[in-house]
Amino acid sequence: MSLIRLCLLMLLVLAAAVIAAVALGETPLAWGQYVQALTHPGSPPGEVLWTIRAPRVAVAALVGAALGLAGATMQGLLRNPLADPGVLGVSAVSGLGAAVAISAGLAVIPGAIELSALAGALVAGALVVALAARFREPEALILFGVALSAFGGALTALVFNLSPSPVAMAEILAWLMGSVQNRDALDALRALVPMAIGAALCVRAGEGLRMLTLGEEAARMSALPMARLRVYAVAGAALLTGAAVAAAGVIGFVGLAAPHLVRALVRDDPKRILWPSALAGALLLVLADLAARLIPTEQELKLGVVTALFGAPAFALLAWRAARSWRS
Amino acid sequence: MSALWTLETLSVRQGSKTVLEAASLAVAAGEVVGIVGPNGAGKTSLLRAGLGLLPVTAGRALLSGQAVGALKPEQRARLVGYLPQERRAAWNLPARMIAALGAGDLPEAKADALARACLARVGAGDLAERGVLDMSGGERARVLLARLLATRAPLLVADEPVAGLDPDAQLLTLDLLRAEAAGGAAVVVTLHDLGLAARTCHRVVVISRGRVVAEGAPREALSKTVLADVFGLDGELVDTPAGLVLAARRL
Repeated sequence: MSLIRLCLLMLLVLAAAVIAAVALGETPLAWGQYVQALTHPGSPPGEVLWTIRAPRVAVAALVGAALGLAGATMQGLLRNPLADPGVLGVSAVSGLGAAVAISAGLAVIPGAIELSALAGALVAGALVVALAARFREPEALILFGVALSAFGGALTALVFNLSPSPVAMAEILAWLMGSVQNRDALDALRALVPMAIGAALCVRAGEGLRMLTLGEEAARMSALPMARLRVYAVAGAALLTGAAVAAAGVIGFVGLAAPHLVRALVRDDPKRILWPSALAGALLLVLADLAARLIPTEQELKLGVVTALFGAPAFALLAWRAARSWRS
Repeated sequence: MSALWTLETLSVRQGSKTVLEAASLAVAAGEVVGIVGPNGAGKTSLLRAGLGLLPVTAGRALLSGQAVGALKPEQRARLVGYLPQERRAAWNLPARMIAALGAGDLPEAKADALARACLARVGAGDLAERGVLDMSGGERARVLLARLLATRAPLLVADEPVAGLDPDAQLLTLDLLRAEAAGGAAVVVTLHDLGLAARTCHRVVVISRGRVVAEGAPREALSKTVLADVFGLDGELVDTPAGLVLAARRL
């Protein structure tokens, strides 16, 4: 299947999921109300569909696409099917940024938490870019990522520890669990700019990711400017992750799982996998958000909780399969 | 005859350890040069330092007369193709895409056609669509050799290209590299099998403890004294109908 046909097919599936996610939700609507929502967008059913559900679905799709693309990029760069934005520590530091902003009482300023989360991701990204330029081995990058991740987690715990108000703590916890509840169209638009830049960088690095298949030395001796492409890949993945955390909090496992859903369809090619991974990530998160809304619970499930519940066992399964292939 | 690869008194130090000490080498078009030496003698370091992959503490390396450090990646890739010792492929790409990685300078369709042609040349034309991780070691070695040929570079450098291959695949690999040299390329290979090196290389360079200790036609470079001093072997090269073989025992 050609790449364009695969992407078109996935877009169709995504469109169907988006329509379902806008149509379905906690408030059941009758047929007449759907018609009313379509003909009179300002009517109460129209409000539910277009100002509550549609922006939320859009943010879920954007965040999922960003995480899927970032995950595919990281896996290609580190030549490791278990890599994802969380591995680099970008998610953790970004979450820390949000935690600091909330605990400092900045939540009243609109956009402050988001900017703080994006800033955290960019700081982590810059650190990783600097390290990637200095240490070429992907293993070194993974180890630094693990350290950065642990340090970000520790500082977030410190913020918890020192937080004077239980309200702020609850808010931080809610953010760290990840959600696309109550997002408006402006949130989607705000996420779009850094995501577009990040996506462009990742796609630009695609050729280099493919070249890395045969290892660092073979790639360095190729005609490609690998040093630059490596920086593009890390910076692009950091921007995508930061924008995703800024828009929806910390949501794990999408970046890991999305590339695996499409890997066989592109014959493992780290370059052609990029766009299908973004589409798969969008699809995963739209469906996960729909599940979070439809599963009848007292409190609405947090999106990050849903993805982790499904994602962690999937991760274990992947690790199991990878370990088996390493043994043989 | 101008040299395609010149190493002038290259020295490499890693920490307090001297990896290479004033190693010099000149390789011209049309010849196959074999680099031999015991494990840890500095064969791979010599190649890597000469290709600009390893920082040197003294000396310089030239590719077609140009300092290797001053070359842009695409310029360097035009002058030399390198087959590293590392044979692991991270992803299960089809063989034709692996071979096409050698032709990163070409548009995708052209690179694909070239990759298929190179696979056919190494006798792996029927493997084009097979994933490299689903192959045997010998099949994968052919595919990686096809990638090296796809670089179309005038200098081909292969680090242990026959490691882990069965005898037939070893001979095939070296035959192909010799054919490249006959076509005007310069070929440098590191080898552990001294008899194979003596049979297939025009010139043999012996490295020991980071120094070039002997260089010349196989019989001269692998003399009785060198075999004894460097490899700890009591033996000599013997002429047979199939070419030179090494008859030796441990000292």
